[in-house]
Amino acid sequence: MSTLAVLPVILPLAAGAASVLLWKSLRVQRVVGVAATLALVIVSLLLFREVNREGIIVVHMGSWPSPIGISFVVDLFGSIMVVLAAITGAATAIYSVRGIDKRRQSFLYFPLLHILLMGVCGAFLTGDIFNLYVWFEVLLMSSFVLLALGNERDQLEGAIKYVTINLMSSALFLTAIGILYGTFGTLDMADLSRKIAATQNTGIVTTLSMLFLIAFGIKAAIFPLFFWLPASYHTPPFAVSAIFAGLLTKVGVYAIIRVFTLLFPIDPGFTRPLMLFLAAMTMLTGVLGAASQMEFRRVLSFHIISQIGYMLLGLALATPLALAGSVFYIMHHIIVKANLFFIAGLAERIRGTSDLKAIGPVSVYARSPLVAILFFIPAMSLAGIPPLSGFFAKLVLVRAGLEIGEWAIIAVALVVSILTLYSMTKIWAEAFWKGPARREDEAESDNKDAVPPSMLLPVATLAAITVAVGLFAGPIFDIASRAAAQLLDKEGYVRAVLGDEAMQEEESP
Amino acid sequence: MQILIAIIVGGIFACAIYMILRRSIVKLIIGLALLGHAANLLIFSAGGLSKAHPALVRPGSTSPPEPYADPLPQALILTAIVISFGVLAFMMVLVSRAYNAVGNDDTDEFVNTER
Repeated sequence: MSTLAVLPVILPLAAGAASVLLWKSLRVQRVVGVAATLALVIVSLLLFREVNREGIIVVHMGSWPSPIGISFVVDLFGSIMVVLAAITGAATAIYSVRGIDKRRQSFLYFPLLHILLMGVCGAFLTGDIFNLYVWFEVLLMSSFVLLALGNERDQLEGAIKYVTINLMSSALFLTAIGILYGTFGTLDMADLSRKIAATQNTGIVTTLSMLFLIAFGIKAAIFPLFFWLPASYHTPPFAVSAIFAGLLTKVGVYAIIRVFTLLFPIDPGFTRPLMLFLAAMTMLTGVLGAASQMEFRRVLSFHIISQIGYMLLGLALATPLALAGSVFYIMHHIIVKANLFFIAGLAERIRGTSDLKAIGPVSVYARSPLVAILFFIPAMSLAGIPPLSGFFAKLVLVRAGLEIGEWAIIAVALVVSILTLYSMTKIWAEAFWKGPARREDEAESDNKDAVPPSMLLPVATLAAITVAVGLFAGPIFDIASRAAAQLLDKEGYVRAVLGDEAMQEEESP
Repeated sequence: MQILIAIIVGGIFACAIYMILRRSIVKLIIGLALLGHAANLLIFSAGGLSKAHPALVRPGSTSPPEPYADPLPQALILTAIVISFGVLAFMMVLVSRAYNAVGNDDTDEFVNTER
């Protein structure tokens, strides 16, 4: 059981190390890449089953008990995130076999992908705040290299912005950790949760919570800290964009949710209005930015931002239903978003450009109806059309908002939803639908065999998952609401990590 | 001592932000390096500044001699230094490549992707 909890970190590490040693053979690297990520999916599903059955799993590294040692704490939310990371990772690995050019692959693309996954999984599993910083750095470091790999001018420009702003955020995170340690003398999140709840010094707690909000907010790309995202996400190869879009900002969201449920629970007087405002602005600016763009990936990049707003909304409302909505939203969003970037890559391969205006004259639909339909599913899901996954995710959030009478934010969420539909329709009309069904003469740049099955497979699988999440929304929402209930049950988390004595100790003096 | 260190940390943060906001990407690197130092120094002082022994257990005893300094901030800083060293090395190569690609170290020239 304890091995299972650390496997999501060890497996990518081993695969990454093996791929570096086998750097001479691209073929072996590809096989290892696909096999290891598929194994990660299986491991993560087993871990999820275990957590679902047994409750929170705690592993103390080197058998040092918390709060002295570092521990991995796997609750339902964490294990759901690991499953999603593994699925995205596997899809990316399969897509990359043909989707990433040989030159990039020979410069250690696959090892970097494994290390990125290791960092992401580690961040989802750890129960120690400094350890969380270290995992952030692990995933950032590999994302820096993945972003710059290939040395194209656009990429380098995007990478400089991305690296600078992420280093700023890391420095703020580190500063917050320093103050946190200086004030409370511990770095274990369960122990911190207990000590923060008991402290009289609310000033420092508020300061700290804001420092964390800014540090993680930069990584999650919330308003007004998101400008690095649309400046960099459209520059690397499509497979890299897809895994970044699916996972990296969500690690920031995960950290915000973790910190603002466990350490600094939402305060209706101060953090809730602030977060609701940030959520509303994030949704609005993201979706309006997307409406003004005409490049496939830039439209999608801005939509990442607007979707982050929905996740923040669920956290800000802070009712069990709203938080379940957030968890459900993340589950839906990671799959859909990664898939949309994959499909942008397919469209680019078919038509040789990802500028929506230039794709126009001969539609992708005319070239490959299958790709067009595969775009349609996640796009409609993103906009929230029933019966796809996005509809239920939004439904839950809207209902949660109405229950506690936050009318304004719900209005914003619904307007943003319509504007999302507008953007998706724009892409659909410009890239997939416009123009005559057949016009061979103008389409010489087209490459009919551009879409190999190995690139279609992950796209089709992710689309199938989107449909399945929609069709089985009931049971999946049930999991999300149990994950949310666990997130709100701070005592349960603390008891699982520190044991029963710690709780009694606190009550007795 | 605590106050002196606090002022120094603030000063370094200010210098770091100033350097990051300059237009030259070479100064950007200096700014980021300073930013890391400021955060490290802050952790160092957050651990408590005191005249104390290193937390090493002498042979024959089971605990370090009192008073001993908190070893954890030092370990944290060590980790942070190693990480920022790696990141800075990468950043230097990145900046040098970007300089070659753009032909200018002025960040205002880095707007091609903004379309």
